[in-house]
Amino acid sequence: MSEILVLVDHVDGAVRKPTYELLTIARRLGEPSAVFIGSDVSSAADNLKAYGAEKIYVVDDAEIKDYLVAPKAEVLAQLVEKTQPGAVLITSSAEGKEIAARLAVKTESGVITDAVDVQAGPVTTQSVFAGNYTVQAKVTKGTPIITVKPNAATPEQTDGAGTQEEFAATISEAAKTAKITASEPRKATGRPELTEAAIVVSGGRGTGGNFEPVEKFADALGAAVGASRAAVDSGWMPHSFQVGQTGKTVSPQLYVANGISGAIQHRAGMQTSKTIIAVNKDEEAPIFELVDFGVVGDLHAVLPAATEEVNQRKG
Amino acid sequence: MNIVVCVKYVPDATADRHFEADNTVDRVGVDGLLSELDEYAVEQSLQIKEKLGDDSEVTVLTVGPEQATDAVRKALQMGADKGVHVVDDTIAGSDYLATSLVLAEAIKKIDHDLVVCGMASTDASGGVVPAMLAERLGVPQVTMASEVELDGQSVKIRRDGDTATETIEGTLPLVLSVTDQSGEARYPSFKGIMAAKKKPVETWSLADLGVDAGQVGLSAAWTAVESTEARPPRTQGEVVTDEDGSGAKALVEFLASKKFI
Repeated sequence: MSEILVLVDHVDGAVRKPTYELLTIARRLGEPSAVFIGSDVSSAADNLKAYGAEKIYVVDDAEIKDYLVAPKAEVLAQLVEKTQPGAVLITSSAEGKEIAARLAVKTESGVITDAVDVQAGPVTTQSVFAGNYTVQAKVTKGTPIITVKPNAATPEQTDGAGTQEEFAATISEAAKTAKITASEPRKATGRPELTEAAIVVSGGRGTGGNFEPVEKFADALGAAVGASRAAVDSGWMPHSFQVGQTGKTVSPQLYVANGISGAIQHRAGMQTSKTIIAVNKDEEAPIFELVDFGVVGDLHAVLPAATEEVNQRKG
Repeated sequence: MNIVVCVKYVPDATADRHFEADNTVDRVGVDGLLSELDEYAVEQSLQIKEKLGDDSEVTVLTVGPEQATDAVRKALQMGADKGVHVVDDTIAGSDYLATSLVLAEAIKKIDHDLVVCGMASTDASGGVVPAMLAERLGVPQVTMASEVELDGQSVKIRRDGDTATETIEGTLPLVLSVTDQSGEARYPSFKGIMAAKKKPVETWSLADLGVDAGQVGLSAAWTAVESTEARPPRTQGEVVTDEDGSGAKALVEFLASKKFI
């Protein structure tokens, strides 16, 4: 059975949830080999093993962490050369896609981005044109390189051997040309990560800048908070909260859009959510065309009342 | 400073975007336009040129079907100085790799210090071509910029990632890509629209680039689409009007019925 390389997405050793989804997918395709690029694998190793990693390649990042994308692509290219894997799986973050892109050129392989599912083959499923079409595809040359969106699989806990192997990569001077001169970590919000959350509650122009009703409702549901482009452009919420074509694409179990009209730009970012609810004062708002349930009303009245009701039911 | 800004002609997102029988995107039967995210790339290129205030030139480059000249024209109307349109039937159906190859070879034939791209196209939303260009050209990749600063031979950007906000720096020549947060893109002025009519646009074929037909197009692609399926449009469920708290009650009932609470 061939190895399937999975690039571990972590922050200082804390593995992010989509990596466990990738390991689960890797299990369908072959033997999962996690690739950990960092300074200390000890906190991650047990988790990677618990989610199926048979091998964990450990790559010290001293020469890597200060440069954008290129060194990680070199590491993976060298591992591809060494292990001749059945596929390489990377999360579909901006960085992940850029690493995949450069890896494809280096290894003369095809690359598929933003897969929402990967089955044996490997055959990928993508959701395209604002979710209007589903596409099945495969790589036809080289080592399949696939970037996978969060929520593509339910992570399964199946112990792998988790055998660690140190891998000494050679980083060229050419890869060290885009220097990361400063890095400020994003503050933890205490809420689930937007692209990984099961429930997302978003606010738009209709909030008038007051996101409190949205946030309190999100908290009642244990949800992540999102924002429309209008809300971000108005400076009410940071861009990292933006759901839409130029922000994040989410596909949660439940998406609640509040004071959001539903322009195509926004729909592109949430149209494939399993259940969609909208609250909007305007009964003509295009968002209502998408909903499983809608309320024509003022979110400033509806959400607080709904929040109270939900909290009461929770007891 | 010579700036090459890469733009893409894409099907209008509000039109009926769909696939041909060979599973390639229909780029001809659907109205197209300059990809909105590339407007930001054109804007930042123009701002760099304006800040330098010298004889810097902005060349807009695209690879696309005949109609892709519309994208070049829009960029010229915004203020770019000249255009290059690579058009060749054999390129149709190219994947990211062939597209980046053709762009890279075209860029090499244009006097350039800086290559600027948008963060992703609005049709494929790949966001991978700029990184591939940097790889192919052997230059620094300074990408996904929400803020750009040029200081002599150095480009410094703010990149807002998932987990951190980073400052990235590279030395020219390099590939820069900019997000929709990098600054509002200007509308062409009437003067700009008229001036664009006189600006030179060169048309290049694959042969002009020295690229072999066997390296591009659908048959050369390193990925294959096996099938495409239109998702059935979502049908509208129940929509109620809020009256004295009835909306909230109905909403919570719905959540309970679906076991969200």
